[in-house]
Amino acid sequence: MCLAIPVKVVKLLDGDQATVDVGGVRKEISLALVDGIAVGDYVILHVGYAIQRLDPEEAEKTLALFAELGESMGASPA
Amino acid sequence: MKYIDEFRDGKTARVIAAAIAAEARTDRRYHIMEFCGGHTHAISRYGLSDLLPENIRLIHGPGCPVCVLPVGRIDNAIDLALDRGVILATYGDCLRVPASNGLSLLKAKAGVGNMRADVRMVYSSADALKLARDNPERQVVFFAIGFETTTPPTAVVIVQAEKLGLANFTVFCNHVLTPSAIANILESPEVRLHGTVPLDAFIGPAHVSTVIGSRPYEHFAEEYGKPVVIAGFEPLDVMQAILMLVRQLNEGRAEVENEFSRAVTREGNVKAQQLVAEVFELRKSFEWRGLNEVPYSALRIKARYAAFDAERRFGVEYRSVADNKACECGAILRGLKRPRDCKLFGTVCTPENPMGSCMVSSEGACAAHYTYGRYKDAVTA
Repeated sequence: MCLAIPVKVVKLLDGDQATVDVGGVRKEISLALVDGIAVGDYVILHVGYAIQRLDPEEAEKTLALFAELGESMGASPA
Repeated sequence: MKYIDEFRDGKTARVIAAAIAAEARTDRRYHIMEFCGGHTHAISRYGLSDLLPENIRLIHGPGCPVCVLPVGRIDNAIDLALDRGVILATYGDCLRVPASNGLSLLKAKAGVGNMRADVRMVYSSADALKLARDNPERQVVFFAIGFETTTPPTAVVIVQAEKLGLANFTVFCNHVLTPSAIANILESPEVRLHGTVPLDAFIGPAHVSTVIGSRPYEHFAEEYGKPVVIAGFEPLDVMQAILMLVRQLNEGRAEVENEFSRAVTREGNVKAQQLVAEVFELRKSFEWRGLNEVPYSALRIKARYAAFDAERRFGVEYRSVADNKACECGAILRGLKRPRDCKLFGTVCTPENPMGSCMVSSEGACAAHYTYGRYKDAVTA
């Protein structure tokens, strides 16, 4: 039950609700626990609630770290 | 899917594995506990243990909320549904957890003698609230379990129920706290006295940490000298966290590092924390399956919201119930034993017919090993 996933917010609705895209499937979730979410943002979805906003810059940094590691190990991770 | 597939790339996993193998010293062993059912699941599903050198051992901790819920609490929930005639709403994972007398919520739903419990599976606490609004003539109890990720959604519906003036909605609160369980493991004689469980470092929970932040783990690094790396749930996240822990241990450091910076900050989700503090307070003690009574390790509903507390409304009395003697869930949850060390594993205890809680949820150590790892045992046995 802790298996939360990143989903993209595609529409803001009344009452702290939003429509999100889950791998092509549209679903209504609650934004009651997070502030300042805009359409296009990614959030971590858990039991119907967004529990945190996903930071795309930090995600890119982590992926860059993997790429760097690949270069230093003499392999391309891509 | 974006932010998922990039963190599952097999070629990159092998690159990180090669770095781990290059940096892990051959003259020492590394005992790393992952304290999160999601990590347990990822490790088994992607066979991450197979990518690691033999001297790095991953130990599954008590990080699955279904697995740590004691039998007595499930009995309480069944009693509420059978004896009090409420609609009991709960997450699907709770339905098959074995209770006393061979019962489970699912079996109670199917019928016991001429009694049938009205148990409804919900995906979200909001669904439980909706049940109460749709059934004003019935009492609806939300059987709330889980760590710091599921607690804020429970707080949301309690506040909403008050605003709506709902007189037929209560919550049977069983929310537990991650840091308390980690402290309990570190204080256990098996670990503290360098006994049966050597424990060098922790992979910190992913989604729990999105809510509580990385700050609560600083205590473990400072007081116990155990490095913690908070990791995301995808396989590359877990591999990277292991590499970071190997580096810390090699360098003699014990710090909190954050691999999951795309969703975890030091402060966490302050809005969620404030809401939880508004609705809940600490229990002096709470029984965990496998860990016995753990002081200040769980939450109850504050007196301010007593009208929405099922324990108060229905006078729920907790009674501790011993686990099945042959079941090793307790030892597995403390990292003392592995699933294959239990003689019930894969014989009478399977995901279809679980005897113990670790076999119930896909995040349980036994269920994850049964689904993804048991064939390897058969070959090497």
